[in-house]
Amino acid sequence: MDFTHSELQTMLADSIGKFIDNEYDFDTRQTYAGSERGFSDDVWATFAELGWTALPFAEEDGGIGGDAVDLMVLMQNIARGLVVEPYLANVVLAGGVLGRAANEAQKAQWLYPLIAGDLQATLAFVEPQSRYDVTDIATTAARSGGDWILNGSKGLVPNGGTADLVVVPARTSGQPGDTAGITLFAVPGDTRGLQRTAYATFDGLRAAEIAFDGVRVPADHVLGEVDAGFAALDATIDDATLAVCAEAVGLMQALTNKTVEYAKQREQFGVPIGTFQALQHRMVDMLMSCEKAQSALIWAVLARAGSGDDVKRAISTIKYLVGSVGQKVGEEAVQIHGGMGVTWELDVAHQFKRLTAINRQFGNADWHLDRLAT
Amino acid sequence: MHVTFSDAELAFQDEVRSFFRDEYPDDIREVADAGAGIEPEVQIRWQKILHEKGWAAPNWPVEYGGTGWTPVQKYIYAREEGFANAPTIVPFGLNMVGPVIYTFGSDEQKQRFLPDILASNVWWAQGYSEPGAGSDLASLKTRADLVGDHYVVNGTKTWTTLGQYADWIFCLVRTSSDVARRQEGISFLLVDMNTPGISVKPIVLLDGTHEVNEIHFEDAEVPVENLVGEEGKGWTYGKVLLQHERTNSANTFRSAYRLRKLREQAARSVRGATPLAEDRNFMRRLADAEAHLKSLEYIELRTLASVASGKAPGPESSFLKLIGTEIGQQIDALYMDAAGYYALPYRPATSIGEGGETRTALRYFNQRKTTIYAGSNEVQRNIIAKHVLGL
Repeated sequence: MDFTHSELQTMLADSIGKFIDNEYDFDTRQTYAGSERGFSDDVWATFAELGWTALPFAEEDGGIGGDAVDLMVLMQNIARGLVVEPYLANVVLAGGVLGRAANEAQKAQWLYPLIAGDLQATLAFVEPQSRYDVTDIATTAARSGGDWILNGSKGLVPNGGTADLVVVPARTSGQPGDTAGITLFAVPGDTRGLQRTAYATFDGLRAAEIAFDGVRVPADHVLGEVDAGFAALDATIDDATLAVCAEAVGLMQALTNKTVEYAKQREQFGVPIGTFQALQHRMVDMLMSCEKAQSALIWAVLARAGSGDDVKRAISTIKYLVGSVGQKVGEEAVQIHGGMGVTWELDVAHQFKRLTAINRQFGNADWHLDRLAT
Repeated sequence: MHVTFSDAELAFQDEVRSFFRDEYPDDIREVADAGAGIEPEVQIRWQKILHEKGWAAPNWPVEYGGTGWTPVQKYIYAREEGFANAPTIVPFGLNMVGPVIYTFGSDEQKQRFLPDILASNVWWAQGYSEPGAGSDLASLKTRADLVGDHYVVNGTKTWTTLGQYADWIFCLVRTSSDVARRQEGISFLLVDMNTPGISVKPIVLLDGTHEVNEIHFEDAEVPVENLVGEEGKGWTYGKVLLQHERTNSANTFRSAYRLRKLREQAARSVRGATPLAEDRNFMRRLADAEAHLKSLEYIELRTLASVASGKAPGPESSFLKLIGTEIGQQIDALYMDAAGYYALPYRPATSIGEGGETRTALRYFNQRKTTIYAGSNEVQRNIIAKHVLGL
């Protein structure tokens, strides 16, 4: 038994920590979030230079071969800077599918540039009606000569407005809800008939609704086997769920630390508000929630990395905790910060909003508790 | 990062598992699994079986008859004991006063008391709380005045668990009132319950059990050689003991055992009713308890890994007590809801309901104590606020 960091994990945590301390303060983050693309291409180039974009990919693909534990360390540290660069959309989601399903030619075309930091990609895994069921895919793909024709709508596609490549799960047979009959397509963002409506989300990130109106995609853009895309999609969603859980736990810890520090400084009635027992006990409960979430997260990433425990159960457990006690940590942080907590000016509000966004993604607390209850 | 045990640890786990399978007596297992109380004679019989095996005192050093186990071995043992649902050791001798005596006591005290504690020959009780000193333990008023070669003890101790069976009691007493801090002037005394001037008055708890007592001391004379360590240092010794008490109160594996049983029970029909597994609300609450318990299990493992790597256990004992007791009570409430109407019959003379249904309420009420004793959970929050958050 050992919960210490490996050499790689220590190096990752150190380099991300230094990067955020030196190059990514809150004002800088806000500037990037408010820019036209919603993130910094220069920062993305730095991510690639430092090797972070290579982390989860196999060594034979030019990756580092990191596992779920390594990804946890990266995401938890990134959380502290409220990083807006699309690591989740690009590396974890689109990269996850490409790494699993793409053939050698496809990897050369899309995955290697993605790892090098030269390609922005995303995965369109949500549909307007699907809520949290990734098998509820109504978007269709039908054969037409040697090509495929895609019709349908995808929603909340992360980084969807700027992505050069959109990975699209579409239904090639069966009904929405079936795991069979899902095929994965690599669709360049400038393909005719692909219409994007880009917007900001409340956490300062970007997303898009994407409509596919008779979009023609050549057969060599199918990733993996026709009708058999679910396994790669499902595994990728699992990785992404754990990644946002790690980010959420990092946010919970940052929010708790900031709240405790604030309570030590802020004086009312002639004393620091941290001397009030009513607030002390609430901050202790915030800390207990952080301890619980960190612990369940470690259980879950170890399960994902092959400890032998039930992976789906572990993922739903941590996502449920993050969505329930984690959300409460965010609400308490705002409450204890008082008036300052509800201003745009303070990073606390933005950490709270990112945490809140995560709790609407990849299944909310209710959805995961339902999975655990059966 | 990994959670696998070494080969040696796995071999040890097999040994412990076989022991609980083969040498844990069936008659005790039946009583324990039914959720009924364990009689004192039965409790002693079980503790003597553990003593013969050499496993009575996992926490003690080898030189005093302990196991010499590593932190991981202790954890494995506690886990197997929990999974077997075997009775927990009555803690007052083996887990509480024993460590105080071998850490702070004289050689004479060690020779005199430790062997009988180890062999469960002597039943010990704890004399900490007083009617006016609960969570605020340092306000205790029981006095011990040195007169010649003995202390004269006057005062009242309360909430003395199973004190009606006790041969001996260890007490925190005030030996000096002329102190700068209330934590000073407190001493740690070992008292023979047969001493003239001691009387035991039962306190019946809300579940109807006689589990705790009030102990009165009226000019009870205690030989000065029964003072542990230095006069006036009792608070320091007592805190060591409380840390042992809290670490043991996470109860992770007993809670895991109870949740597993509840899930099995929910899958069955009881008295022809629709199985609870089809009750969405109930199953969601069960799953919530499981999620929190799993996180507690990993908090405990992380604490264990830190202790195993040589770090001293710190305020984590408060984390474990706080979270462990809250989850325990959450599970008790689930059992009550599973029993429904059949939680109501109070100690029926003939068997009513199925399984332990009519005992679920007794446990629910009895276990309210867990968030109150060993430093109430509010006191634990104060400790964490001060020592971890620095507030």
